[in-house]
Amino acid sequence: MSVRRLATDALQPASFAFTQENLAWAQTIIAKYPAGRQASAVIPLLWRAQEQHQYWVPRAAIEYIADMLGMAKIRVMEIATFYSMFNLEPVGKFFIQVCGTTPCRLNGAEKIIKVCEERIGEQRHVSADGNFAWLEVECLGSCCNAPMAQINNDYYEDLTPENFGKLLDNMAAGRPVSPGPQNGRKGSEPLSGAKTLTDPALYDGSVVGSWKARFEADEAKKAIAAAEAAKAAEAANAAAAEAAKG
Amino acid sequence: MSKIIIDGIEIDVPADYTLLQACEAAGAEVPRFCFHERLSIAGNCRMCLVEVKGGPPKPTASCAMNVRDLRPGPNGEPPVVLTTSPMVKKAREGVMEFLLINHPLDCPICDQGGECDLQDQSMAYGIDTSRYQENKRAVEDKHIGPLVKTTMTRCIQCTRCVRFSTEVAGVTDLGLIGRGEDVEITSYLEAAMTSELQGNIIDLCPVGALTSKPYEFKARPWELTKTESIDVMDAVGSATRVDSRGNEVMRVMPRLNEAVNEEWISDKARFIFDGLKTQRLDRPYLRVNGKLMPVSWQEAFASIANKMKGAAPERIGALAGQLASVEDMFALKALIGALGSKNIDARYPGSPLHPKHGRSSYLFNSGIAGIEDADAMLIVGSNPRREAAVLNARIRKRYLKGGVVIGVVGEQADLTYPYAYLGAGPESIAEAAAKLFAGKEKPMLIIGQGALNRADGEAVLGTLAKIAADSGVVKDGWNGFNILHTEASSVGALDIGFVPGEGGLDTAHMTKAGALDVLFLLGVDEIEVPEGAFVIYQGTHGDKGAHRADIILPGAAFSEKSGLYVNTEGRVQLANRAIFAPGEAREDWSILRALSAVLGHTLPFDSLTALRKALYESHPHLAVLGGIAAGEAASIGSLAKLAGTLHKDAFHSPVTDFYLTNAVARASKIMADCSALASSRHAMAAE
Repeated sequence: MSVRRLATDALQPASFAFTQENLAWAQTIIAKYPAGRQASAVIPLLWRAQEQHQYWVPRAAIEYIADMLGMAKIRVMEIATFYSMFNLEPVGKFFIQVCGTTPCRLNGAEKIIKVCEERIGEQRHVSADGNFAWLEVECLGSCCNAPMAQINNDYYEDLTPENFGKLLDNMAAGRPVSPGPQNGRKGSEPLSGAKTLTDPALYDGSVVGSWKARFEADEAKKAIAAAEAAKAAEAANAAAAEAAKG
Repeated sequence: MSKIIIDGIEIDVPADYTLLQACEAAGAEVPRFCFHERLSIAGNCRMCLVEVKGGPPKPTASCAMNVRDLRPGPNGEPPVVLTTSPMVKKAREGVMEFLLINHPLDCPICDQGGECDLQDQSMAYGIDTSRYQENKRAVEDKHIGPLVKTTMTRCIQCTRCVRFSTEVAGVTDLGLIGRGEDVEITSYLEAAMTSELQGNIIDLCPVGALTSKPYEFKARPWELTKTESIDVMDAVGSATRVDSRGNEVMRVMPRLNEAVNEEWISDKARFIFDGLKTQRLDRPYLRVNGKLMPVSWQEAFASIANKMKGAAPERIGALAGQLASVEDMFALKALIGALGSKNIDARYPGSPLHPKHGRSSYLFNSGIAGIEDADAMLIVGSNPRREAAVLNARIRKRYLKGGVVIGVVGEQADLTYPYAYLGAGPESIAEAAAKLFAGKEKPMLIIGQGALNRADGEAVLGTLAKIAADSGVVKDGWNGFNILHTEASSVGALDIGFVPGEGGLDTAHMTKAGALDVLFLLGVDEIEVPEGAFVIYQGTHGDKGAHRADIILPGAAFSEKSGLYVNTEGRVQLANRAIFAPGEAREDWSILRALSAVLGHTLPFDSLTALRKALYESHPHLAVLGGIAAGEAASIGSLAKLAGTLHKDAFHSPVTDFYLTNAVARASKIMADCSALASSRHAMAAE
């Protein structure tokens, strides 16, 4: 972490306003809270403003939202600077957040960071072509696919310097990329393929309801056992009665 | 009430007390940085840790836990709190060590040195060396106006300043931005603060992060002579302490007075002191051929005697200005009376206030603390934020407590709390009161000078008195009929009857061209004096009154004399002398005494003690320092008989610029800076 400041005046847009669509959405968010508590909507609104404005929050947006919610500007500023997910400076077309926490680091996050440094430059700086900016962040919760990075809204996992470089090339060139693991594995399955839940019967519908059949069989077994036990007890009773007579 | 054992002492405290309050009730001292009695609880400095049995098994921040949150012992014993156990000491030492990690070791060049909470508490909980080997954090300084200097590296993020500006001052100037190690106190985009009470954050800051800019590197607290005084910049009469070194006022600080200012003072009270050194009249002057020439006291007195001899008594008059003490006015009244004139006044033209109506007709009857009892308030012709900033904070405090309706008839301004705007002029009063006071237990009228100092002042006062009688503003056990004065001398002048005698001229008539031959101005700068009269100006600063004067007698400012001031609620308070008047300037009563001898009407007192004795004899209620002699509520009923035609024009507050209301303030560079800043802000807001 380091001190976060608003972007320089040269980068700040003169004004900010929600699009019609976002404005309508903002009204629904504000309406969720009781009258006088509109300030509660500040985080969703800031988030939407960031999405609308190339993934960073300009000063004009802070003031716009403060006016909209009847808050002091400094209060909105406090929130925008507190949460590191609000970007206060331009982040390029693709904002890369590389996870640098333990599991990723053990799996080579350092190499990914090095790629970022070489291709993009320092953290928090937009690359010369305006495409990329990067930031090392704490755990993003995708440890089984370490190392990983979040680029804009998607996770890109199982990164190596090679596939990460290719990914960036494709992004820069505007070619389609697929989010998720970049080494061909599916979700968070083991690299060598799935080891469990491999029985095809699991997927053909034949096991649907099987738990019920088993349950019913168990019940039937229990009933038979109970009946037999009752019969035996009856017989024993009868024998005892006879012995008493005799 | 619940029982609690603190350091072995069992006490009974209200259940809503915090542990810190309970500890103090038991006599245990608890160190703290972020906690402040008059602010909300933040609980972020962790210095007030105590050990609690019956609570969580870890050190507990005593400021943020209530007595009712603690469990009793297994057999119903009261909960136990320890403030001196080894665990507590170790915990506090740990907190202190963390606080000091990033705190610079610059006490020798820090203005807070000697009166620093962190310094003091590190004596008890600090260790002599640091275990910290890394680089210390450094924070950029912020520019938050001409009054408060910031050294943000020293900040320990207690957020007292943020809470003060938001809660007490009611202006959301400051905030805490960033997070974790990078948090910083700042104003939005480093704009200058806009509150009239911002100087108080200097006192609130427990370290040297916020210090006084005008006092920067000027003195050390232990060098200063502390003199208890009273703020005379407005009529609130805030308790202050004048800190002086040699014959120079170095700064003004607030004193605690729960009934008046709690512990706040306005910026004008705090930062006026540089005005006491500039533009001073330090010797008598005489106008010769249109130019003021320095003369000796003897020459000045001789020329006054010369003028007075030639003037008929009814063509001699005297006006008293806003900084005059009761003694000064008493001496002047005696002198003018001895000369055979009844032309004295200290009021503005049109003011209907007069001692003949009884004392309660011109006081803030509920008292300033009484604001906290009101459940409806109608502010008429006043902008309390500009006229009495500290009192306005009290109204805001009442507003924050809830259950009060506030209405305004007059100027529509930002008062730091929301109110119903019910009209601009006299015609709206009746309707506004009916709307606001219906069904209220303790309604209150706050009547500003803007509603009274006008041609129809008498009619306005009569109308308001009638409303007061009709709508329960004045009743048994409650008197909410409140006149808000703007000047420190006003109530004192009315108390001693510094108003025209039978057949005498009032301010409006005295300042008519050709009305008088000799006019004596006791520090009067706000009233235009027409050509014609020979003007004797006795005062402190080369301001408007001195420019008009034919003779100037240099007097003493409030810090240079011992004087009584009566605040707007009628509280008699003594401002002590901190330093001596500059040059040949003298205490005002002694000038008047000396002049009286030259004029052949020697006043019957040779010392301030003798003067006060005479004063107390004729006005016994002034002898009760700090007390209020409550007026008869019935006299407000008689006010209701005042009649007249209400005019249509809107009320205007007499204070248009908070920072420049009197001669001392106008001589102050600090106040000029603040005023320029405020007006540029107004200009920007208007765009």
